[in-house]
Amino acid sequence: MPPLPEPAIDTAAFSAGLLDPERAAPPHVAGPHGKSAVKRYNVYRNNVTVSLIDALADIFPAVLKLTGENFFRAMAREHVRASPPTSPLLFRYGEDFPGFIAAFDPARPLPYLADVARAERAWLTAYHAADADPLEPARLAAIPPERIADARFAAHPAFAVIASPFPVFRIVSMNRDLMDLAPVDMSEAEAILVTRPADKVTVTHLTPAAARFADALAGGSTLGEAAGLALETDPAFDLNGALTALLSAGAFAAVAAPDNGGDDDRFCQ
Amino acid sequence: MTNARPLAPQGAASKTHRHAPSDRFAADSPAAIKGAVPASAGVGFKPGHLIAILDDPGSVGFLEVHAENYMGDGGPPHRTLERVRRDFPLSLHGVCMSIGGPRPLDEDHLARFAALCDRYEPGLISEHLAWSTHEDMFLNDLLPLPYTAATLDHVCDHVDRMQEVTGRRMLLENPATYVLFDNSTMSETDFLAAIVARTGCGLLLDVNNVFVSATNHGYSARDYLAAFPLTHVGEIHLAGHTEQEDDEGALLLIDSHDRPVADPVWTLYEEVIAGTGPIPTLVEWDSDLPEWPVLRAEAESANAILRRHARSAPKVRHAAPA
Repeated sequence: MPPLPEPAIDTAAFSAGLLDPERAAPPHVAGPHGKSAVKRYNVYRNNVTVSLIDALADIFPAVLKLTGENFFRAMAREHVRASPPTSPLLFRYGEDFPGFIAAFDPARPLPYLADVARAERAWLTAYHAADADPLEPARLAAIPPERIADARFAAHPAFAVIASPFPVFRIVSMNRDLMDLAPVDMSEAEAILVTRPADKVTVTHLTPAAARFADALAGGSTLGEAAGLALETDPAFDLNGALTALLSAGAFAAVAAPDNGGDDDRFCQ
Repeated sequence: MTNARPLAPQGAASKTHRHAPSDRFAADSPAAIKGAVPASAGVGFKPGHLIAILDDPGSVGFLEVHAENYMGDGGPPHRTLERVRRDFPLSLHGVCMSIGGPRPLDEDHLARFAALCDRYEPGLISEHLAWSTHEDMFLNDLLPLPYTAATLDHVCDHVDRMQEVTGRRMLLENPATYVLFDNSTMSETDFLAAIVARTGCGLLLDVNNVFVSATNHGYSARDYLAAFPLTHVGEIHLAGHTEQEDDEGALLLIDSHDRPVADPVWTLYEEVIAGTGPIPTLVEWDSDLPEWPVLRAEAESANAILRRHARSAPKVRHAAPA
């Protein structure tokens, strides 16, 4: 019989206990000279769990501020154990955290918390998004008036819109020290536009109608179609004002308008 | 191990598409390597220190960054690294490659690492003798492995692959560990020496890790260093550690990178440098970050030791392969 191959590292056994405090230390793990390895293995448990909670705390500072440190860390610990990262790029972690918060019973008294988390996750995604020059407003001005309604935009890689039934723009801004604290009426719906003009992540307030307009444009609707959707949301929607605000926030990277119904649909930056 | 082949030294061209001919290594003039890391002290770069560092030219010989922090598609991290790279040689230190795991390396992650090499032309690249990924779960820690013939095969395959994809010689760092494996069949130093012999990689000697592991496992740090393949060390790391207790109440050191380098680690470091001559030396400080002058003073302490032994005959250290 051939000799059994020497074992490689059993990463399944070693990692199983890292996020499960009930589990015993894995086989073959030892201290020197026959010493126990429970506390020793716990160093790895602690490193993994605490570093991932810290990562969530770094990504979601407004959520932390709203819940307080102890609540946040307890909530984050449950999330870390249920949904550890799947990428070695930790700045991508927490995509599922807003959904986890929405379903997390103890967080129910803060019904806006998941939307705050969505905005914060979008903030970090925007921070690392690909580089692109924002669309120059002059490019739009160069499109003949008869074709402007058919113009389509390409969103800037950092673009995101988070719409909420709560005043999420002010809640996020106040809890990321971007705005002085002031009372807010929780019945006021707001949306946040996240962009990165001049390489600095910026959050901008959008009305629900402007959010629908921005989302439709980013999704490939024509300017005319997007304006129609926004007017459904709010008959008083200010198209020029919203478009100007989106352009100055750097929401788009390019615009194109078909030439006489032809297929010249190339984007101009 | 397959595909064993000579690897170019840092900063040199092994694949013509990666580097312009002007970047090619001149064997008799290491300083001519574009972006070569000098045998002086550097620090782990933190964006919060950017302005202070740029205002303090000549304070450190190089900067090291964790590669993963710059693996986003764009944005401010790249503006910062571009700025830093204009003024300083760079060491690119990977912390998530999972070289010590049994699975093939993540090719997407390797491609990202290679893209950073092409873009920023680091003078040194390095990774850890550790693993951090199980299947698709990333555990964000440097986890230990037993030292056996089987794990040696995995690690050598992974080092080969990383050197192949980057077109560069890499340095592999000795770990700080808190547990041993009762199924290990080799010492850590024999394991590292075997990796060097089979892959042609160099080593990153973390003197704090040596002290931490030696204390935790009850062996002599000096004996470990005596067995360490010092002629292949291309960089040294120094860092601070904290103290805890093991199951029996004995001292258990944690590689925490959150405070100054401890005195016994400075002593061991000077003993190493007295034998090898100057080697690029990095002070790591990754949490509870100090103001710049504190970190600068740590680097200056390393520089003082390097200067004291500037005339120690440097042994031939993983020089260009013949």
